[in-house]
Amino acid sequence: MPTQPAPPDATAPPDRRIPAPQGRTVLDPRDISRALTRISHEILERNKGATDLVLLGIPTGGVPLARRVAERISAVEGVEVPVGSLDVTMYRDDLRMRPARALLPTDIPPDGIDDKVVVLVDDVLYSGRTIRAALDAMNDVGRPRTVRLAVLVDRGHRDLPIRADFVGKNLPTSLAETVVVRLQEIDGADGVTIAADTISGGTTAGTDTVTDHPGEGR
Amino acid sequence: MKRHLLSAADLSRDDAELVLRTAEELRSLADRPIKKLPALRGRTVVNLFFEDSTRTRISFEAAAKRLSADVINFAAKGSSLSKGESLKDTALTLEAMGADAIVVRHAASGAPHRLATAGWTGSSVINAGDGTHEHPTQALLDAFTMWRHLGALDGRRVAIVGDVLHSRVARSNALLLRTLGAEVTLVAPPTLLPVGVDGWNVETSYDVDSVLPKADVVMMLRVQGERMNASYFPTVREYSRRYGLDARRMAQLQDHTIVMHPGPMVRGMEITADVADSSRSVIVEQVTNGVAVRMAVLYLLLGGSEPAGTTERDAA
Amino acid sequence: MSTDRTLIRGARPLGGDAADVLLRGGVIAEVRAGLDAEGATVVDADGLVLLPGLVDLHTHLREPGREDAETVETGTRAAALGGFTAVHAMANTDPVADTAGVVEQVWRLGQSAGHCDVRPVGAVTIGLAGQQLAELGAMADSAAAVRVFSDDGRCVSDAVLMRRALEYVKAFDGVVAQHAQEPRLTEGAQMNEGELSGRLGLRGWPAVAEEAIIARDCLLTAHVGSRLHVCHVSTAGSVEIIRWAKSKGWNVTAEVTPHHLLLTDDLAATYDPLYKVNPPLRTHADVEAVRAGLADGTIDVVATDHAPHPHEDKDCEWAAAAFGMLGLETALSVVQHTMVDAGLLTWADVADRMSRTPARIGRVSEHGRPIAAGEPANLVLYDPSASRVVEPGESASLSRNNPYTGLELPGRVVHTFLRGTPTVHEGKPA
Ligand SMILES: [Zn+2]
Repeated sequence: MPTQPAPPDATAPPDRRIPAPQGRTVLDPRDISRALTRISHEILERNKGATDLVLLGIPTGGVPLARRVAERISAVEGVEVPVGSLDVTMYRDDLRMRPARALLPTDIPPDGIDDKVVVLVDDVLYSGRTIRAALDAMNDVGRPRTVRLAVLVDRGHRDLPIRADFVGKNLPTSLAETVVVRLQEIDGADGVTIAADTISGGTTAGTDTVTDHPGEGR
Repeated sequence: MKRHLLSAADLSRDDAELVLRTAEELRSLADRPIKKLPALRGRTVVNLFFEDSTRTRISFEAAAKRLSADVINFAAKGSSLSKGESLKDTALTLEAMGADAIVVRHAASGAPHRLATAGWTGSSVINAGDGTHEHPTQALLDAFTMWRHLGALDGRRVAIVGDVLHSRVARSNALLLRTLGAEVTLVAPPTLLPVGVDGWNVETSYDVDSVLPKADVVMMLRVQGERMNASYFPTVREYSRRYGLDARRMAQLQDHTIVMHPGPMVRGMEITADVADSSRSVIVEQVTNGVAVRMAVLYLLLGGSEPAGTTERDAA
Repeated sequence: MSTDRTLIRGARPLGGDAADVLLRGGVIAEVRAGLDAEGATVVDADGLVLLPGLVDLHTHLREPGREDAETVETGTRAAALGGFTAVHAMANTDPVADTAGVVEQVWRLGQSAGHCDVRPVGAVTIGLAGQQLAELGAMADSAAAVRVFSDDGRCVSDAVLMRRALEYVKAFDGVVAQHAQEPRLTEGAQMNEGELSGRLGLRGWPAVAEEAIIARDCLLTAHVGSRLHVCHVSTAGSVEIIRWAKSKGWNVTAEVTPHHLLLTDDLAATYDPLYKVNPPLRTHADVEAVRAGLADGTIDVVATDHAPHPHEDKDCEWAAAAFGMLGLETALSVVQHTMVDAGLLTWADVADRMSRTPARIGRVSEHGRPIAAGEPANLVLYDPSASRVVEPGESASLSRNNPYTGLELPGRVVHTFLRGTPTVHEGKPA
């Protein structure tokens, strides 16, 4: 068979770039870095090392965060931690409420997730519906021994009985506010801002049950 | 995307690339333990085949089932042209059954178009091959296969060789490949090129040997021996000598050039067995890719409240 | 209307100056301005164009055999509503009009319906099979007095048979009306052959298949000294060939349909069989050429090729659908739109192309006459200033395959008189 060059990259749709943040900055790049370092340590502590760990980022924002956490763990433990991505689009409970959405990459590490300790990584935890979808999606991929959840920001207002095991920052918000996470790998710079929700629609509005943005929940 | 997929011309470049990207994601499913996704749970997809095509039907059936759709196979063979009204009657029946999408194969060019526009049904209609008109999902899977091997298709040279006149695959491929920026050359004896082909925005040639060395992709079309009886060419032997792809011609190809065939092949007519089975041949892979591409089309048309990329304005 | 006398007040004969026209005893009694009503029924025709009743050389009335599509009664009612006072009923019925018995039956059905005169066309060959001449003489001698012979729907493609037919009809001043379609070049043909047919994957019907037959038949006609009429000319090449034949002085006449004057092949891209017709709709260039041919007299007449089909024969996929479209009720409007309003024909020319010349070709003596005292009162009053959006449901035809559906067309037939008796009154059947 001929070799297969990688098809054009689908991880960064052109419309993903978020314009310069409006509103109040709640985490600057150094805050984000410190939060991820802390999460990495907490994961290792909880798991008593890196054995059987698999990090699955939820696209879009969760994927670079999972990679950064994996790098930190490797730096500490001296072993490679498998990182992947898990798209939840088809498992969303609001799939039929909007036009069909583009899929995002699902990339399961070669050794799979059976009997592994999977840490799901996302940028913002909000209603919890994305995580429910992720649990369903994972169910079709394999059967981990344990599933844990790491998020950069927990902004509260859960619709479902879901909580994070590792949280970068708890951020009390009102429903009228929007949390925007920008990441170097995607947006060219790191930062978390919070703003009154004045933009209707678009990438930053509303709750994660109604945003159509792939990296929603921000 | 539009609500129906009747012609490759229905796809903008953005639409086509979205299908290819989606297919790429869905193709990885083949490597997973559970080859099933929930996206079309509760949706009904009807395979309405007025013409035998086990390959295409199975491909659509597998695609729909992997997306958890309910699939109804409706073979209405033999009733198509003898009594035209059966298309309408069937459509009304399917409408009553609540089909969300009708995948239709028909011997009459334009039958899917009629199904979509005559007011008989509100379902999405996907053309799975109509007469000598089009076969847009075949073109998508061909483009997908090329894209996986060659990357972006801009400026790539694709030679489509054979019975262009009667080929719905050639029509859909010419349209889609132009949309994706490829250069298309249709190669056939003059009798097997359609009248007015100069308006298709493609190159044409009667001489396969002058085209092959420059091609990145060579797609061989099926040529039915019966065409000989209608004087499209003198004999099968003369046809394969002038237009068939054999080892000697294959040696003229560039190293990266791939050989495709939409099937079913007539080995010894348009392609020799050693070429079909060579390492350049991606014919088997085309079949695998067919399922992924059809999953992508079904998902993008039926997965949401509207087809993907539908703005409020389009939906109105 | 009980009175025998009708006074048409203020009409413009052939679009000229207004005059009053008195009809009495089925004939035109007097034509001049300021006539006294003297107890006659008065028809106010102020601003209306007065034309001789239209004569159609090419109508499919479908009876006997396809009474679900049309009958002589419904078809002739539609004809009257379109301003026609005589129609030629094509022979491709079931049974085929290839014997004196069938043509007389059709002729009588026309008589008893009474909406317009029905002149049956006789088949050239038995059963339209193209094998053996039908009894042309018997049909000519019958009560129907057939003068036009045609296998329309099929081409008399055999050159010897065509030659014999042309020769044979000379004995009774007949004419052979040829449906020019080379059969081998049009096997399975679905639409005009061109870039679009290639793209749509619909088998092409090339212009040459029409032109080759016309050229052959013109030469045959000249050779045997007979009379040829070419049905539904649709291509620029055909117009040129006929122009050449006429320049030689050969006895060749030709017709064009309203749909070939207006509609083009791009309508096939809808795959809606409403636009499927034989010969097919052609290109813009062809439309321009047939208009020019009609304007300069190369094409002698407009004939409708009114071809009713029941709903189910059109409500299907293109390839399975029947060929043909309605035309009687819209013909004059289409001619106004494409020819008169475009400055290519005057109303006097329209009277020539749609009444006088078709009557002459078909040897219909009572029709296509001048609007003058003593002539039969076969007349139509037409309002060119009206306009309407075509609504197929409003047709008197049993069928609904109207290709102008939803189009806005000018003009309205207001009154039609057949031998002084109104068949249409205020746009409705009288
Ligand atoms: Zn005809």
